[in-house]
Amino acid sequence: MADPLAAHHTATGAPAERREGRQKVTGTARYAAEHPLPGRAHAWPVQAAVARGRVRAVDTSDALSMPGVLAVLTHENAPRLGEQDDATLAVLQDDRVPHRGWFVALVVAETLEQARDAAAEVHVDYAAEDHDVLLTADHPAAYVPEEANGGNPATRERGTPDADFAAAPVRIDAVYRVPPLHNHPMEPHTSTAHWDGDRLTVHTSSQGTTAVRRTLAALFGLDEERITVTAEHVGGGFGSKGTPRPDVVLATMAARRAGRPVTVSLPRRQLATVVGHRAPTVQRLRLGADRDGRLTSLIHEVDTHTSRLKEFVEQAAVPSRVMYGSPHSRTLHRVTPLDVPSPSWMRAPGEAPGMYALESAMDELADALGTDPVELRIVNDTAHEPDSGKPFSSRHLAECLREGARRFDWAGRAVRARASTGNLLVGSGVASATYPVMVSPSTASAHALPDGSFAVRINATDIGTGARTVLAQVAADALGTPLDRVRIEVGNSDLPTAPLAGGSSGTASWGWAVHEACTRLTERLAAHSGPLPADGLDARADTTGTADADSPYARHSFGAHFAEVAVDTVTGEVRVRRLLSVFAAGRILNERTARSQFIGGMTMGLGMALTESSTVDASFGDFAERDLASYHVPVHADVPAIEAHWIDEHDPHLNPMGSKGIGEIGIVGTAAAIGNAVHHATGVRFRELPLTPDRILTALRERRHAPHAAMT
Amino acid sequence: MKAFAYVRAGSVEEATEAYAAHPGAKYLGGGTNLVDLMKLGVEQPGALIDVGRLPLDAVEELPDGSLRIGATVRNSDVAAHPAVRDRWPALSQALLAGASGQLRNAATTGGNLLQRTRCPYFQDVTKPCNKRQPGSGCAALEGVHRDHAVLGHSETCVATHPSDMAVALAALDARVELYGADGTRSVPAARFHRLPGDRPERDTEIRPGELVTGVVLPAATAGLPSLYRKARDRASYAFALASVAAVLRVEDGVVRHAGIAFGGLAHRPWRAERAEAALLGAAPTEAAFGHALDLELAAARPLRDNAFKVPLARNVGVDVLTRLVPPTVA
Repeated sequence: MADPLAAHHTATGAPAERREGRQKVTGTARYAAEHPLPGRAHAWPVQAAVARGRVRAVDTSDALSMPGVLAVLTHENAPRLGEQDDATLAVLQDDRVPHRGWFVALVVAETLEQARDAAAEVHVDYAAEDHDVLLTADHPAAYVPEEANGGNPATRERGTPDADFAAAPVRIDAVYRVPPLHNHPMEPHTSTAHWDGDRLTVHTSSQGTTAVRRTLAALFGLDEERITVTAEHVGGGFGSKGTPRPDVVLATMAARRAGRPVTVSLPRRQLATVVGHRAPTVQRLRLGADRDGRLTSLIHEVDTHTSRLKEFVEQAAVPSRVMYGSPHSRTLHRVTPLDVPSPSWMRAPGEAPGMYALESAMDELADALGTDPVELRIVNDTAHEPDSGKPFSSRHLAECLREGARRFDWAGRAVRARASTGNLLVGSGVASATYPVMVSPSTASAHALPDGSFAVRINATDIGTGARTVLAQVAADALGTPLDRVRIEVGNSDLPTAPLAGGSSGTASWGWAVHEACTRLTERLAAHSGPLPADGLDARADTTGTADADSPYARHSFGAHFAEVAVDTVTGEVRVRRLLSVFAAGRILNERTARSQFIGGMTMGLGMALTESSTVDASFGDFAERDLASYHVPVHADVPAIEAHWIDEHDPHLNPMGSKGIGEIGIVGTAAAIGNAVHHATGVRFRELPLTPDRILTALRERRHAPHAAMT
Repeated sequence: MKAFAYVRAGSVEEATEAYAAHPGAKYLGGGTNLVDLMKLGVEQPGALIDVGRLPLDAVEELPDGSLRIGATVRNSDVAAHPAVRDRWPALSQALLAGASGQLRNAATTGGNLLQRTRCPYFQDVTKPCNKRQPGSGCAALEGVHRDHAVLGHSETCVATHPSDMAVALAALDARVELYGADGTRSVPAARFHRLPGDRPERDTEIRPGELVTGVVLPAATAGLPSLYRKARDRASYAFALASVAAVLRVEDGVVRHAGIAFGGLAHRPWRAERAEAALLGAAPTEAAFGHALDLELAAARPLRDNAFKVPLARNVGVDVLTRLVPPTVA
């Protein structure tokens, strides 16, 4: 069989197969719980059964008397932890219950089953207090923070947005709601910890072990040199493993107390309250435009919630600072601290909910103007980032929209809608996508061996993205060697330090350092004559000062989504028939794994649009959906003809590979494209996700009974 | 969870004897629901009597034209059985609308009937639930209950029965065969499950120790047009928001037999007897179907957040019945 890579002159860009694919499909890839160290014990956490209050007493005597139980940790006897920034990691340190589900005890036993049994016999007495868990747009405790997430200012204002909105000939003023959402990666948050004297080894399911090691050092008062954290394989994270999670703290505490290795694998049903969620948002959008569709004023105001433990502000208005030109603008965030579990990062934080609102409002504006929504977006395209005034390093939004429209046959959408038959209403929708280019400094090493092979080492993390594979491709090109000569080691904190897999920045950050190390090694090899020494030659790179240097450019990926839906008027069920997206995300380094990333993001966006939501239970303070039967991620039957395309984008202002991030942009705007298609199909504008049958059917009935009122 | 005994029964008699001999015993079929509930601490059996390998794994065509499906026949096998697909298609459709392929391969006919509600409060031992812990209260009544009952519920329980299969069996006039201390008996599938009343801990009319040995599909509904349709939040692997199984016999332009059952609306498959009676002798028109279902659903008492289920059930019901009318009549 012909080598599929032979046609390519370089390793990057080729559809190289995932290096660990065989291990994964044969079950030999080891995840964090799969380290059966001698004497390894298991632990099962106990969660608070009140939404707010204090632990008055914990009776552990029954649990301790049960077979196999080694220890029960509570706030009264758990090891004291050192200071660090994340209050969600300060587990079992005091009697306070900041939300339902907060950990109040941990049972350590010989087996998982014994730990689980005993956890049910830990009796906790609470002094419960009244709780408040419901986000409203006018909550009295709401305030405007200094910053929204990601270091973004909470408020930005240009010109006179209110006056110009009021004066605009065409205006949209609408409120959009996105419910709490959960990441629910396939592999639950898991850590296996092992102390050897005062040396600590932890196998964990994390998006970045550099930060885990740093945090453990602070919590347990150790030098980082005494800690090794590995994340060899990670079964997804979607942001929820971006920072250290309580499982790694509990496992480390328990291993110290038990004097033997301990695994904490959080049960699926506990995840909803302890590893974060996308905070709900209530977003008011005001768009003022002239008759040609040019925006004159854009006001995007976000209300969101956070917990009592930390100020977490989903930066949903931030994409409105990037997307479209408008002389007058205000973007602001208000946050309300509630007795809810702590929200955290979820794929495209800020952009995913924010672009749902903005891109839905743009569709409403197109409707109000009687303009094609593709053209409206192109009319408002801009060469300079409106907020910063910086030129874009590259921006091919219009090209994505036009290419997508061509591939999708956007021009035929009205014909397809008219062809709606029987109980099915067919409609099409479009939405733009954007995601910022982020990059962080990283180190890496490259080693040339006498046998002609190379070893590249970097503490990158492959959370299922194909990072190993892509980094090997980058290395092979920089070394001028075939891909199979390159061995790559990732996922271990003993390797050269590198940032996390997050913010769609992994490949750019790691690849830059790998490229630099390999380029230096190539130079060393060129200067070297004769056979290599027995231990080879190596080179190191550290991109501090270059990767994080200020850029005179605004750097973002862009894209366009096109969705066709069928709405069943009998049931109110919405099913996506086609989803087609085109991205401009710099140079695509591996078309196979990139397509997988794009399609994965788009599928998650489909879930956000139609099926996924978590319901805050006002009485109890937690979420009603706590398993994969009730938290509805899309199943195969929900995912129809789905296509990801990209345009060839050359941007010299990024990194040596010319790449932008691709892990998150697939989810950005997808829900708006689908929602806009539902409007096209039904004539009804829905402004709250997800678009489940109860909402659709109710609105269709209201429209039938009051045909003019609902056609807004 | 407490320690439990495990007994693998070789015969029906052995199973019921083992049940009697072990306090707190439960029969174990495919384990797709019971084992989950044991892990959650919701079920705490003293013993599991594994009936999964009893010789009840046959689908038999009986001389009178009926079909007996053994209690341990897997859901996948019932759904794929040619006689079921040809003569009682609603049952095959209902099974295929339930769970996932993997679960259907493991789940048994008897176990499907005896699965418990997926009410989130029933599954959470830290919250009140009269079904799990009688007298503790119903958290769903004022809580998260979009998926809950609109018909036949009580102040003590608003849970729904989750089975799709049972809805089809109810509409098709199937019977459930039981074996117990008093010997064998059979009950109509439509009356096998009960309404919660003030005893929500009891899901069915089964007597202590009785074992489901099979279900029988009657000759009377064999070969009649039948359909199952389920509305749900995603295209597969989701419980019914509302579903309808129906079988219809139309002769001389009028309805001669109608069997209609709703799923997702009540503590049991809801046989729409009032609607069926209204349709007998009527012309099978969309208006007649709508009128009949309105009569049935007039009894609905939606909760705060599930009023949509009433028009949803009506819509699905009218759609299914309309499709069952032979083309020559329509």
